Amino acid sequence: MEIRLDNVVKTFDTFRAVHGVSLTVQSGELIALLGPSGSGKTTILRMVAGLEYADGGHIYFGDQDATDIPVRDRGVGFVFQHYALFPHMTVGENIGFGMSVSKVKRSKAEIVARVNQLLKLVRLEGLGDRFPAQISGGQRQRVALARALSVDPKVLLLDEPFGALDANVRHDLRRWLREIHDELGITTIFVTHDQEEALDLADRVVILKDGKIVQQGTPQEVCRDPKNAFVLKFLGDANRLTGEVRDRQAHVAGVAVAAAEGVADGPAEIYARPRDLDWSAAGPGVPASVARVLDRPGERRVIATASTGEPLEFDVDAERDIFAGEQGFVTLRRAKVFALG
Amino acid sequence: MNAVASHKKPPRVGDGPVFRRVLIGIVLILGALLILAPLLVIGHEAFKQGFKVYTATLSHPDTRHAIMMTVVTALIAVPINTAFGVAAAWAITKFDFRGKRLLLVVIEIPFSVSPIVAGVAYLFVYGLQGLFGPWLDAHDIKILFALPGIVLASMFVTAPFVARELIPLMQAQGRDLEEAATSLGASGWRTFFSVTLPNVKWALLYGVVLCNARVMGEFGAVSIVSGNIRGQTNTLPLHIELLYHDYQAAGAFASASILALLAVFTIIAKVALERRGAGRRKTQATDAASTGH
Repeated sequence: MEIRLDNVVKTFDTFRAVHGVSLTVQSGELIALLGPSGSGKTTILRMVAGLEYADGGHIYFGDQDATDIPVRDRGVGFVFQHYALFPHMTVGENIGFGMSVSKVKRSKAEIVARVNQLLKLVRLEGLGDRFPAQISGGQRQRVALARALSVDPKVLLLDEPFGALDANVRHDLRRWLREIHDELGITTIFVTHDQEEALDLADRVVILKDGKIVQQGTPQEVCRDPKNAFVLKFLGDANRLTGEVRDRQAHVAGVAVAAAEGVADGPAEIYARPRDLDWSAAGPGVPASVARVLDRPGERRVIATASTGEPLEFDVDAERDIFAGEQGFVTLRRAKVFALG
Repeated sequence: MNAVASHKKPPRVGDGPVFRRVLIGIVLILGALLILAPLLVIGHEAFKQGFKVYTATLSHPDTRHAIMMTVVTALIAVPINTAFGVAAAWAITKFDFRGKRLLLVVIEIPFSVSPIVAGVAYLFVYGLQGLFGPWLDAHDIKILFALPGIVLASMFVTAPFVARELIPLMQAQGRDLEEAATSLGASGWRTFFSVTLPNVKWALLYGVVLCNARVMGEFGAVSIVSGNIRGQTNTLPLHIELLYHDYQAAGAFASASILALLAVFTIIAKVALERRGAGRRKTQATDAASTGH
């Protein structure tokens, strides 16, 4: 089902959490709401669910205005960050809860059959009689998902679904969630502050800041063409150099970088990812001195200081000899230029 | 040898054998002196003049009436205060509203106010010279010096017990479970009975037990509003005092033994219920573990 938000506003006491957000989620799409804490992403998700009422604007489920439909009747599946499994019920009872309270009456046998089907879907066959306290965090999150899916929701909403799990489990669950989504084709919105998770999982990423949408697009669009410095920095490590734009060229410490069309002449900031910087002992380039070298499994991360005083981070091959105190030059293979001010 | 061992593994703070024995000894002695001894004395004194005198005192109409009054008061006050406590705890922990902190303070007031002050206050509200006195009198409604007054005073004194047990627990549990239940389509009642209540039942039970014990034992507030009319408005604690002042020590102790018995019953009921709950959970857990593999 298509979900449409039209100029949705939410204010908490005096604090404005969401400022007029408009967004369309296509039927069957998997989208990520990505932003730092306080960006309003969870509030938006909770308004779509009906756990929070919008102070202004409308939320449409297909052609139906769902803005004032209470959560109970809205037909959403919500997965909470801390699972919110009912601790006094078994895994099977948790998954069956939605069906047993439903207005659509089902026989016990039907519910049991559906619970087993869902357990199979989330690969937890045989654990139906355990209690939530007796299974692992990753398993709990899968139970929470099965429970949310049990009511055949129009839309699946996940609030930081992997936030409470350790890195390995998170990685596996991410892939698995994508598989389930592709299998069921259910419209899904999830909230995360982890850009890697958003880029890995989503068809489309919506980046939020201070209760507003800053940019939305496919992972490729937002990665290749970030609209502003906030998006660029939020999506991953970036070096920042200040320079001067003249005739569509940004100049910094004797090095020129091509600027996009429309960047006004004058002071500008230049951003480059660590892996887009090259190091050479002889020029040309921005003069820099190495402060520290961090060894990583695949490469060596160098922390250096540019002659302009700005810190730089870049990667060199694992075999390369480089020492703290070494002087050299940095060239920028790829960079983004934004006008300052 | 011992010195070497203790050298290797220094005892934790306060873990020395002497310290431990002294501490346990003090607690046991104080417990025996302050709690156990008076209870034993009640039993001893009650039966000192023989079983016949004991049963005779208890079958005296005034005593029987006092027992009845106490039980009836508890039967009315405890359910009402339980409902109030649950509602208050729910409101405070699940909703945001103006005056929430004030409500928290108001609920605590009966804890800090002397019960006798509460009794006097009720006198001024419902008494003949009081706020509603003339109106009540004109409509021939008796609150003071009758059962309604006793119930009201008992309810005032015990109002915080259930809420105070529930609020910290429900605060710690947050709103996630209720939100999850509602998003799955459960109604408010269904959410309360299937999700909220099972998760707070032991705290609730404890609150009810404390509330009940206090209602049955309340003296100060009730003594003011009941008027101490023998055979009419005397509750068990008031009756004990009356007998005591009449130099009927045996009767006083016999009645006191009943009150103590009621208290012991409540505690046993609580422990039994807790045991059953814990046992049930444990067997469920082992069943689940065995079927899981």
